[in-house]
Amino acid sequence: MSRPLWQESAGTIAERVESGALAVDDVVRAHEEVAEAWEPHVHAYLTRVKGGIRPNGEAPAKRKLLSGVPVAIKDNLCTQGVATTCGSRILEGYVPPYDATVVKRLKAHGAVIVGKTNLDEFAMGSSTENSGFGTSRNPYDVTRVPGGSSGGSAVAVATGSAAVALGSETGGSVRQPASFTNLLGLKPTYGRLSRYGLVAFASSMDQVGIFSRSASDGARVLAALSGHDPLDATSLPGPALDFDALDLGEGAARGLTVGVPRALLGEGLDDDVAEGQRIVEAALQAAGATVREVTLLPPSSWVATYYLLATAEASSNLARFDGVRYGLRAPAKNVLDLYRETREAGFGAEVKRRILLGTYALSAGYYDAYYGKAQKARRRIQEDLLAALEGCDALLFPTAPTPAFKIGEKADDPLAMYLSDIFTIGANLAGLPALSVPAGFTGGGLPVGVQFTARAAREDLLYRLAAALEHQLSDPLERRWPTKPS
Amino acid sequence: MAYETVLGLEVHIQLDTASKLFCACPNEFAGEPNTRVCPVCLGLPGALPTLNEGAAAMVARLGLALGSTVHARSIFARKNYFYPDMPKNYQISQYDAPIVTGGALDIGSSTEPRLIPITRVHLEEDTGKSAHPEKHGDREETRLDFNRCGVPLAEMVSEPALRSPDEAFAYLTALRRLVRWLGISDGDMEKGSLRCDANVSLRPVGATAFGTRSEIKNLNSIAGVRNAIAAEVERQAALLDKGEKIVQATLLWDQDKERLQVMRTKEEAHDYRYFPEPDLPPLEFSAAALALETKNLPELPLARARRFEASLGLSAYDADLLTDSRDLAEYFEETVSAGGPAKAAANWIGNDVLRTLKETGGTLAAFRESLPPKRFGAFLALASGGTLSSKLARDLFARMIEEPGDPAELAKKHGLVQESDTGALLAVAEQVLDANPSVVADFLGGKEKALTFLVGQLMKQTKGRANPAVAQDVLKEALGRRAAPR
Repeated sequence: MSRPLWQESAGTIAERVESGALAVDDVVRAHEEVAEAWEPHVHAYLTRVKGGIRPNGEAPAKRKLLSGVPVAIKDNLCTQGVATTCGSRILEGYVPPYDATVVKRLKAHGAVIVGKTNLDEFAMGSSTENSGFGTSRNPYDVTRVPGGSSGGSAVAVATGSAAVALGSETGGSVRQPASFTNLLGLKPTYGRLSRYGLVAFASSMDQVGIFSRSASDGARVLAALSGHDPLDATSLPGPALDFDALDLGEGAARGLTVGVPRALLGEGLDDDVAEGQRIVEAALQAAGATVREVTLLPPSSWVATYYLLATAEASSNLARFDGVRYGLRAPAKNVLDLYRETREAGFGAEVKRRILLGTYALSAGYYDAYYGKAQKARRRIQEDLLAALEGCDALLFPTAPTPAFKIGEKADDPLAMYLSDIFTIGANLAGLPALSVPAGFTGGGLPVGVQFTARAAREDLLYRLAAALEHQLSDPLERRWPTKPS
Repeated sequence: MAYETVLGLEVHIQLDTASKLFCACPNEFAGEPNTRVCPVCLGLPGALPTLNEGAAAMVARLGLALGSTVHARSIFARKNYFYPDMPKNYQISQYDAPIVTGGALDIGSSTEPRLIPITRVHLEEDTGKSAHPEKHGDREETRLDFNRCGVPLAEMVSEPALRSPDEAFAYLTALRRLVRWLGISDGDMEKGSLRCDANVSLRPVGATAFGTRSEIKNLNSIAGVRNAIAAEVERQAALLDKGEKIVQATLLWDQDKERLQVMRTKEEAHDYRYFPEPDLPPLEFSAAALALETKNLPELPLARARRFEASLGLSAYDADLLTDSRDLAEYFEETVSAGGPAKAAANWIGNDVLRTLKETGGTLAAFRESLPPKRFGAFLALASGGTLSSKLARDLFARMIEEPGDPAELAKKHGLVQESDTGALLAVAEQVLDANPSVVADFLGGKEKALTFLVGQLMKQTKGRANPAVAQDVLKEALGRRAAPR
C-alpha cells in the first residue's frame, strides 16, 4: 500500500494490528515522526509519551476495536501516572493516581495513548488561547486558531500525529475545533460516555467527545468507549454502541429526514459556511435523504442561558483547586491567604472571570433571577429542540458562524469569543448528541463544518448521515491534508 | 422577668453503613490517618460521587419511625464554602428537597407522650478532620485526616418546640435509643456518631413571637448539651434583664471549661450558594421500596413498652427498662415466649442479667449466646415453681451461664434441688442439735427465737438445699424428743 501509516484509518490499523500484519511499534513511530515535524508549528501537545501509553494489565475487551491505534487525549482526562494539567498553571505537575473510565476503556481496546493535548484552561474557551501553556495553531493556517477548547486534540488528528482523539465538550469544544480543522467531531448524548476522570467544568453539560477523520473511525471509538459506567451516576444505562451492526455504506442516509432551521442561517453567517450548508443539503438529497425546513427559537437565548449555568457550576467545581492538597501552592502565612494567593497565581483571566460570574449567579438574592431563570430557559430550549426533531431524524445547521479566526482576533473580547459557540451550545443545554462534519473549504483554504443533532442516544443516525456525505462528497482517505509550513 | 426557653436541635446522625456515602471506602471509626480514602472521597479532579443506597434507605427508615413524609423524590445539593478538611470545598447535602419532612419524635414515656415536631431529615456527607497546629521540624503545621470524609450523615432538624435543657436531654436520649433501635447508627455521642447543634432563644412567658436566637455548636455529649443550653439560657436572661439585645451569633461550647465562646456573628454568616448537585440524579424511592421499608419497620420502643404493660402486666418502670434497647426487649419477649413468667422475666433481666453484664462488661448479644431465651425461659419456669429457694435459683442461674444443658438436669447434676425428705433432714437436724447444745438449751428454756438460728444452721449444712418448711418441722420434732426424757 502506498499510503503512509499516519494517513491510515483507525479501522485499518486496528484490523492489521489484530491480524498481526502490522507492528504497534511501527504505527507509533510513524505517528511520532509526524508529531515531531508538526509540533514546532502547531503546539498540539502538553505532554507526549515516548512510545505511547500502552495497555498495561487492563483486562482486554472481548472484541478489541482499537488495537495499536494511536489516540491523543485532551489534558483534562485523568491518566494514571501521567501529568494532567487541564491547561492550567494551578495543576502544573499534578499526576493523577487513577485513569478516567474512557482512558481505561481505550487501553482495554488496545489503543496507544500518544500524548495529552493542549486546551483552553479547564476547557474554558474557543481557541486554546486561554491555555496556561501557550496557544495551539491551526495547521491549515498557523496564524489562525484551531478552535477550542479541545484545539490540541483537533490539531493532532488533522495533522496525522494521532488517528483519532478524545476531547471534551461543555458548549461546543469538540465540534467547533473539528469544523476549523476538517474533521468529524462528536458531542455524544449526555451520559453516553463516562465523565469519571474528566476534570469537571460544568458537570450537567460536560461530555467526552471524539475527533475522527471518518464516520467509521468515530463510530468505532464511540463503540469502544460507550456503555454504562457504574462510577458515573449520570451515565446512561444500557450497552455500548454496536459497531458491527452499524451500516455506514452508500445507502446509509436513505430514507432519513433532516430538518433545517432556516431562520438560523441568516445574519452574521459567513458566506463560505452558508455555502457549506448548501453543499451538504444537496449531497444529502442525492444520498436519498429528505431535507425539510423546521422552526427553532433564535439561539440568542442559548448563549445567555449557557453562560449562567456553566459558570455557576464551574464556580463550585473549581473550588477544590486551593493549594491545600495538590497542584500549585503559593507561599502564604495562613489558610485564607493560601487560597487567595494560590488561586490568584494559578488561574488565568478567563477562568477567574467565569468563577466570578458563576459565584455571582448563585449568590443569595440573585439565585432566582439568574440561575433559577436560566434553568427554566434550559428546559424551554430542550423542549424546543425536541419539538424541532419531531418528524425528522436529525437537524442540520452550521457548527460555527465563521471559519477559524486569527490568533488574537477575539482574545480581548470575551463576548465575541462566546458568540463563536452560538450554534453549538443548544445540544449541550439539551443533552442531545451532535456531530460536526466537514463541509468543504473557503477560497482561502480554511475548512468549514456543519453539524447534525439527533434525539438522545441516536449517535448511530449521526454517523450514518456523515458516512453518506463521505460517499457523496469525498473519501476521507483522500482528504485534503494541511501543508506543513517550511 | 420570667422567660420561656425556646429550643430547636439539629442533630447529625452518623449512619452505620458498611461503606461511605459516595464511594466504596469502608465506613469505620478511627484508623491511621488517610488510609480509608480514594479519589472520590478525596475530591480529586475528575472523580464523581455515586450514591450508597443503603444510607438513603436508613434515612427513609428513620422518617417512617418518626411518622414523617418520606418523599418519593429528593434532590442533592451542593453547599459551597472553603474549609481545609473539606476537599471539594463544597459539601454534598440536601437543601430544598430533603428525603424526609414532618413527623415527630416522642421524648415522653409510655404513659405520658411528649411529641416534638420534626422539620426535616436529610442526607449529607461528613468532612475530614484538622488536627491542632503542631510543630513539625521547624514549622508549625496543621495536618489533615480525610478518613471521615464522605461518611454518611443524616441531619435531623427539630422544630423550636423544646422548652428546657432537660427536654433537650430527653430528646437526645430518645433519639439515641431510636437510632440504635432502628439499627441505623451506634448513637454514640462521645465517638461523634451523634453531633448536636442547639438553637436557643428566650421570650417573656406568654409571648408568642420568638426572641433572637443563638446557635451553639460542638456539643459532643448528652450532658454537655444540657449544660451548654443551661449556660446560654442564663446568659440570655441576664442580658434581657439588663434591657440589652441578643445578637444573633454562633457559639462554641468548650466542654473542658464548661464555657461558651462566640464563633461568629450574623454579619459573618456564610452564603452557601446552594444549587442542585449536577453529578447525582434525583434520589427516588419507588412505592414498592417504601412499602417494603414500612413492612420491615420494627415495633418502636414506646409502643412496645405499652404492649408490655397492657398484655404482660408489667409496671411502667419495668416496661421502660426492658425497652431501653431492642435487643433487650427481644430477649425479654423471647424468654417469655419460652415459658418464663413475664414478671419473673422482667425481674431477673432487670436485676441479674443487667448486673451480670455490668460486672463482666459483656454485651447482651454474647450473654444471649450463653443463655438463650429458650433455656432462660425454662429456668424461670422452674424457679417460679416453688421448688427452688432464691439462693438455689441464683446458684442455678450462675451455672446456666457457665455450662449448657436443661435447667432441671443442671440442678440435679449440681445438687441444686430442694431436699424435702423428712428422714434425711432429721439426720442433719440431729447433727445440728448436737453441735449447738447451748442454743438447744435456750430453746428448751423457752427462747423460741433460737429456732431461727438452728434453721439457719441446717440450711448451711445442706448448702441451702433443705426445704425451709420441712427443715423447721424436723427440727421441732428433734427438739421435742430431747425435751421429753427429763
